[in-house]
Amino acid sequence: MAIATPRSFLSGRRLEASQLIVWTIGAVLLGIVFVGSVLTLRAGQYTAAQWRDFIVFGIAQGSIYALIALGYTMVYGVLRMINFAHGEVFMSGAMTTFFVADYLNRSGFLKAHPWISLIALLLFSGLVSMTIAVLVERIAYRPLRGAPRLVPLITAVGASFFLQYTFRGLFGSGVRAYPAIPVLQGKLWVFQKTQIAVFVGVAITLLLLLLFLQRTRAGLAIRAVAEDREAAALMGVDVDRAIVTTFAVGGFMAGIAGVLYALVFIQVQFFMGFLPGIKAFTAAVLGGIGNLPGAAIGGLVLGVIESVGPSLFFDGYGIRAAHQLKDVIAFTILVLILIFRPTGILGERLGGEERV
Amino acid sequence: MSLAALRRALFIGLLGGLAVWHLSLVGLIPAFAQRRLIGETVTFSYALLVALFALVAHATGRRYAGALQRVAWGTLSALSTGLLVLALALIVTQVNLRQIFLNATPDLARVLTFGAGVSPAGVLRTILIAAVAGVASGGLGATPAPWGRVSVFAALATLLLGLLRDVLGPILPSGLVGFLYGAAGLNVLGAAVTFVLFFLLFALRWSLPGRAGTGRIIELVPSPVRAPVTRLAVILFLASVPLWAGLFLSNVADFVGFYILMGLGLNLVLGFAGLLDLGYVAFFAVGAYTMAVLTSPEIGQRFTLDFWVALPIAIMLTVFAGLLVGLPVLRMRGDYLAIATLGFGEIVRLLVLSDWLKPYLGGAQGVTRIARPQIGPLRIDSPQEFYVLVLFSCLLAWFLSIRLRDSRLGRAWFAIREDEFVAQAMGINRVTAKLSAFAIGASFGGLSGALFASLVGSVVPASFSLLVSINVVALLVLGGMGSLPGVVIGALALVGIPELLREFQEYRLLVYGIVLIAMMLFRPAGLLPERIHRRELEEAVEEVREVAPAEIAPGRS
Repeated sequence: MAIATPRSFLSGRRLEASQLIVWTIGAVLLGIVFVGSVLTLRAGQYTAAQWRDFIVFGIAQGSIYALIALGYTMVYGVLRMINFAHGEVFMSGAMTTFFVADYLNRSGFLKAHPWISLIALLLFSGLVSMTIAVLVERIAYRPLRGAPRLVPLITAVGASFFLQYTFRGLFGSGVRAYPAIPVLQGKLWVFQKTQIAVFVGVAITLLLLLLFLQRTRAGLAIRAVAEDREAAALMGVDVDRAIVTTFAVGGFMAGIAGVLYALVFIQVQFFMGFLPGIKAFTAAVLGGIGNLPGAAIGGLVLGVIESVGPSLFFDGYGIRAAHQLKDVIAFTILVLILIFRPTGILGERLGGEERV
Repeated sequence: MSLAALRRALFIGLLGGLAVWHLSLVGLIPAFAQRRLIGETVTFSYALLVALFALVAHATGRRYAGALQRVAWGTLSALSTGLLVLALALIVTQVNLRQIFLNATPDLARVLTFGAGVSPAGVLRTILIAAVAGVASGGLGATPAPWGRVSVFAALATLLLGLLRDVLGPILPSGLVGFLYGAAGLNVLGAAVTFVLFFLLFALRWSLPGRAGTGRIIELVPSPVRAPVTRLAVILFLASVPLWAGLFLSNVADFVGFYILMGLGLNLVLGFAGLLDLGYVAFFAVGAYTMAVLTSPEIGQRFTLDFWVALPIAIMLTVFAGLLVGLPVLRMRGDYLAIATLGFGEIVRLLVLSDWLKPYLGGAQGVTRIARPQIGPLRIDSPQEFYVLVLFSCLLAWFLSIRLRDSRLGRAWFAIREDEFVAQAMGINRVTAKLSAFAIGASFGGLSGALFASLVGSVVPASFSLLVSINVVALLVLGGMGSLPGVVIGALALVGIPELLREFQEYRLLVYGIVLIAMMLFRPAGLLPERIHRRELEEAVEEVREVAPAEIAPGRS
């Protein structure tokens, strides 16, 4: 029996002053962005090729966010909770795989069999992240399932910091640079080859995920639990196993995202999970949390806005070093989405369940 | 039956072993090897290892009623942990893993074998220590009610005293220091005497029914003035801190005070109203930066205000910031609220850091030359003098918290925490209640930030990262959300101890993570729970535990 929340200020009997203020702030921000874009475009500081590069980079970055976002969205679908530690799951795969990549590089195998190495790295990273995700679920979430909402949220924050500083302790706080993969150097038409690798990798992973969810019994169980946990349990679905599978699949994709991220950005370190984690969460909410295509689209949209935004919105005002405001844009989108359209672009798939 | 017991004992032993592996490879155990607690031999690392053995033995043994079973299974568990410890020591010496694991050094092996190295003697020593710790832990667990706890607490207190040698050394009378302490840590005689004293103290405290031990002393005071007298005594003690504490300790006390202030502020939001704010650092930052910008001559040369003028402005601005954050998130709860507030906190930090606002906020270099407060001819300059100001602020915040808790508004917050919709149906104005929680909570953070800026004399964006928010949440969770004494205990444990122990700094956040998870799993209401909250949280978690994992979670229809 969900109690309906008033979703917009119009549904209330009278116009609440607090909502009016919020909407005004939103409108002002939109105005700033719009005026800034117009000013930038009129100034004509950037060429079309530069804009195109921004967008391509944004899509590459966004497709990585999309992979991570799927993990958030799936867990949200089955558990109605945000796995705060998911960014760290992503980081753990990338960090651990660095040592494998480094070893392969030094032994010369990477140069001799680049494709095999790449696939091996992706799988290894996926498996590491999967293990971490399953462990987090087992230790920090499962014993507390059904406790007040605040409780698993706090353990999730705890798990996140525990993982970050465990990796810092294990591997040190320095930045590690992934070895370059020779076949992925250079450009192909307007794309960097690494970007193409990312697109292909993400596309294949998404396809496999869809097949898994639609065509296997485990996928069916996950969908059933996401739809209605009680009913699924009554129909003989092993809810615990479905939840673990969800974490495992989400973790695996985060691990793959970790290596792809390392291909694009080269550097990894223990804190690298925080920002992509938050941004992927933003992407998940943007697309409508619990909604798989939404997460993918949200990731792409966020990636492009983040890549284009600083130059487009702020250069027109003559703001110095606008690229520093990239993360401000991402966080602002996050906050605005949560305020104005918590159901996301495509709407959330939560049935009649009460929303957070 | 016996096979199940064996498996259980070995499983718990394995978990303990994994914990040692983790703590060793992360570097915690080797880092503490230099910190001697008692004599030349007992270092912090050894104490940690022994404590783990004892904990493992206790976790296994506590299921059994018979003393013999307790000791036997507990010792078996501790021994299996000991074997895993040895295995790690062996691996570390045989295989060179330093390229990957920074802390997999031969030094680690020496620490893990209690100084003997990987040799027959070292193996024997580790096994023997594990066995002794297991037997002792099992045996203590089998003793009648208060004695096990009394001995454990006495041992912990003794170790703590050894740990704080460098801190207490300059404060205590030199004769006592000479008697208790050696070159590093307690000397053996001092340790023995301390242990016996603490043992007697705790025995007195717990063996008498109903707190009679402390009660008898307090009863000497006639009842109408009892409460004011105790209160006065506590305040006088707190006020006397700068007289006997040195520069270093006063500085630490000031920092604990800043976190107590923030803790009390977040307590209104998280503890009372049940709204998890992960961006609390934003208010601390607003307070600090307002103070910095208004009083430092570096920015906006034309106006440098006095501390006492800037302080109320800083607080007003944080209240405003609290409203600004509170307004948009009014309709959010739980996860979304946490993430949105986290977003606000990060936005504030990123803006402060940016070159764009550098002319106004100093950018990455921050702002220096912030004014110190001045009362008439008296300039408050040193940490000792500052302490008075911090103490006064904390007492004020404490007083306000109590008054708010018992007020109509406080009741409204509790109602919202329990069930927002029912609260609304009961006629509570959700908007007003939530906004006032954010605004008042923010003002405490702003006060804390303003004082912080003034004491340190400079602000840099790095001091206002997410970690501060996590720190405040962790200290609330440790002490018990909603509990005022809990805030103080949490701040002392999570801010005071790391400030006192340099080695600890690096592992601070790791420990916070463990604290957050462990508290929620084992003691969700905190160390010093607030009365109402305790009942609810414990009931809720009990309920979950009773339902088998495969079944449906209750209360979500």
